[in-house]
Amino acid sequence: MTYFIALAAGLLFGLGMAVSGMVDPNNVIGFLDITGNWLPDLAFVMGGGLLVFLPCFLLIIKPRSKPIFAESFSLSHLKSIDKKLVMGAAIFGLGWGIAGLCPGPVASSLLAGNVDVIYFFLAMMAGFALVDFTQKS
Amino acid sequence: MDFTFPWSSLLGGMLLGVSAFILLLFNGKIAGISGILSGLVKPIKNDFLWRGLFLIGMMLGGILGRDAFGAHIPSEFSIPTWLVVIAGLLVGIGTKIGNGCTSGHGICGMGRLSYRSIVATCVFMVVAVVTTYVHLHVLN
Repeated sequence: MTYFIALAAGLLFGLGMAVSGMVDPNNVIGFLDITGNWLPDLAFVMGGGLLVFLPCFLLIIKPRSKPIFAESFSLSHLKSIDKKLVMGAAIFGLGWGIAGLCPGPVASSLLAGNVDVIYFFLAMMAGFALVDFTQKS
Repeated sequence: MDFTFPWSSLLGGMLLGVSAFILLLFNGKIAGISGILSGLVKPIKNDFLWRGLFLIGMMLGGILGRDAFGAHIPSEFSIPTWLVVIAGLLVGIGTKIGNGCTSGHGICGMGRLSYRSIVATCVFMVVAVVTTYVHLHVLN
């Protein structure tokens, strides 16, 4: 059952990425270009996501001791604002600002027939592996 | 600035919220895409298949959005491929070090009112805005 949920949640996520306009980097760059011809639309994507997730989390998930089909919630228990968090977010922001692409829209565009999407995806996976490798040694 | 209310962005965003809600409620997992995908790099037993299925769902969902709901997915980008690769590498490294991206920190983390996620979201937003400014208005 958890596998069906994963597939269904992925489908909804990909659909949301496409419908919201996040899959078009021109929209993303237009949103980030606040001093130019600013396109505010994508603020409503995060807004819409929070509009649903925040109340559902606080009212339905938070009171529960465990998920419906699993033994425990996999939530981060990290609390402190450390150098890693800030450095990582800054490096991510740099990459996001260069191309207007972040992981969700890229994964949702993999079958859309743009070979640069696949290059981005592979480079991103290499980035994950690189950090994995250096953090271990 | 022309402003028409972006119903499709709001609706798409709400779908992301529903997805994140059901994944956490039923499976106890956070719908942070960088986190889900980075777990595919170093497979752990019983923790690989759901990630792959989520990814397949996303790929199909994107196509469904394009073909059934008229969403536009560009067939090429306006920047050269080498820059796409550098951006991908930076996104991979940054989200792995910082434990999250736009979905994990921006929706799930902020939605849990996590102080770390609120800080991370502010940092990557500001850096992305500055990067876009330099790219569009200083270098060009």
